[in-house]
Amino acid sequence: MKKYFDLKSMRVLVDKEISDYIRSKKFIILLLIVLCTSVASLYSSLSTLRNNVPSPDDAQASFFFLRVFTHSDGTLPPFHVFVSFLGPLLGIAMGFDAINSEYNGRSLTRILAQPIARDSVLNAKFLGALTILFSIFTMLIGLTLGLAIFWTGLTPSLQECLRLFLFLIVTVAYVGFWLNLSLLFSVTWRHPATSALVSIAIWLFFMVFYPMIISVIAKSMAPGMYASNQEIQAFQKFILSIMRLAPNQLYEDGTIVLLMPNVRSLSPLSMEQIQGAIPSALPVWESVKVVWTQVTALVALTVACFACSYFIFMRREIRA
Amino acid sequence: MDTPIIDLKGLHKSYGKHKAVDGLDLQIYKGEIFGLLGPNGAGKSTTILMMMGLSEASAGHINIAGINPQRNPIEVKRVIGYLPDNIGFYEQRSGRENLELIGRLNGLSTEEAREKAYALLQKVGLDKVADKKVGTYSRGMKQRLGLAETLIKDPQILILDEPTLGLDPTGVKEFLHLIQELNRSQQLTVLLASHHLHQVEEVCHRVGLFVAGRLVAEGDIQQLADQLFANSHPTVLVSTDSTDKEKIKKAEDMLIAQESVVSVDFRDNNFTIQHTNHDTLPIMDIFLRTQVPVTSLQQRTYGLDDIYSFYFKDSSI
Repeated sequence: MKKYFDLKSMRVLVDKEISDYIRSKKFIILLLIVLCTSVASLYSSLSTLRNNVPSPDDAQASFFFLRVFTHSDGTLPPFHVFVSFLGPLLGIAMGFDAINSEYNGRSLTRILAQPIARDSVLNAKFLGALTILFSIFTMLIGLTLGLAIFWTGLTPSLQECLRLFLFLIVTVAYVGFWLNLSLLFSVTWRHPATSALVSIAIWLFFMVFYPMIISVIAKSMAPGMYASNQEIQAFQKFILSIMRLAPNQLYEDGTIVLLMPNVRSLSPLSMEQIQGAIPSALPVWESVKVVWTQVTALVALTVACFACSYFIFMRREIRA
Repeated sequence: MDTPIIDLKGLHKSYGKHKAVDGLDLQIYKGEIFGLLGPNGAGKSTTILMMMGLSEASAGHINIAGINPQRNPIEVKRVIGYLPDNIGFYEQRSGRENLELIGRLNGLSTEEAREKAYALLQKVGLDKVADKKVGTYSRGMKQRLGLAETLIKDPQILILDEPTLGLDPTGVKEFLHLIQELNRSQQLTVLLASHHLHQVEEVCHRVGLFVAGRLVAEGDIQQLADQLFANSHPTVLVSTDSTDKEKIKKAEDMLIAQESVVSVDFRDNNFTIQHTNHDTLPIMDIFLRTQVPVTSLQQRTYGLDDIYSFYFKDSSI
């Protein structure tokens, strides 16, 4: 029987990608930036939380470890905001020259002349980068947890661990989206500079200009003072949905619900919906249901980008 | 000879309207060094990529050691060692690491790859610089590393695309020698694509002339010359250091008057004379009689240069 998926050569390629990343200077520099800011933000939130540690039987204590990641003392933004801002840069740095630098260095023909399937080169890039991302964020979250346990003596509950794990997955999916976007550009354009600039332009657009555009739209569409409740609701819903076209908004929505169990909806609730609700934390699965669309959209974007790169890469003539 | 190890039949490849390869038929047998000779852009690299299954053929059949590369590219790449023109390495890694990576991609275990890489680096004379980064290698060293890479998979066929491009004369000599030795000791079939006729002439058993996607002639050098110049007359080149225009004019007239002479051309102190005689005595006699001193007299033979220029003169139109 013919083997369609050659695991062994795939492993060799993934190995190579990972060691490439670890040695590359641009990656190390960006990693340092991301690590410094994240560690600073986590440390500042930890050090303020440390001073008013809840007693173990306190209701607040149940989600202490989640608050470490969302708390801010006002000087530095919380961890998840930092990641939503800098994570894309990390992803872009890992992807923007993945394929075209191999074209330009003419090493692609050489690798493809070996008995491997063509797609395994691209798959290895993807898997290698994801492995790296996964390790970085696991390490960050793990270190913070460890420090928090060490300082406070509290231990995280199973639910907290589960939520943090989901947070990790969403974070990797978010950075993975930017990684795949720049990977797509690296397949499309021969010059690494072009793909880097286009990726960064898109990043800037969503970070800086998109909120501005939305506020302009919101201003022009805002219902009048005497608008009915329904009109106001429809307006809010509309603004929220266009805001969610931005991947960073999806990510922030996702993390907020996962890290703050008290959040039970991402859209405005009517009085009827709130009436009779018990103000308590949601179980993990219920939180997951709330952010299901956001997370699915993020993963779908990632997959769509990868599928496009795959398609273009497989059709591309190899001649350099 | 038995069945060919490389068998191309009616191979076509077109990019839009441009035909890169146009009806190519080529058979290469086991243990041969075959030179694929042609100017840049003749379609050599395209043909090679199709043989590797890296590029899709528009039409035609390819058979490499019993494998169809268009259907089964992975299998065919186990059999062929391919050295692309302008090979690129991972410059941040050492020669040994580059080589081991390729070895492992060919299914060797880490230890096997290490042992084999070491042996091959010795073979191509790179063992002293094995742990230096490839970025510091010279062009010739890279080319030798590339050859080692093609050999790490124990190929049956070696395909070398412009392997001597950018090498200095000693580098070229050593490289070609290495290829000949491999061919002899391991019965490797070698396909050498190049536009350097002299190098091809030196090592290849057979040569194919490839122009604008077509194989215009095939065979060993002598066969090619015979095919080409069967109908033309023997040519004699006579050089003189005389500056006496009258005497030269007189000699020229006498040569034309001579029955056996077909054409005479005088340029830059050289006569090019085509004649039908089987010896050059009548011509020498004329120079004696007109008192034109002769510095050299040469019967022209046809080498690859002439074959090359003969074909490529036509193709450039």
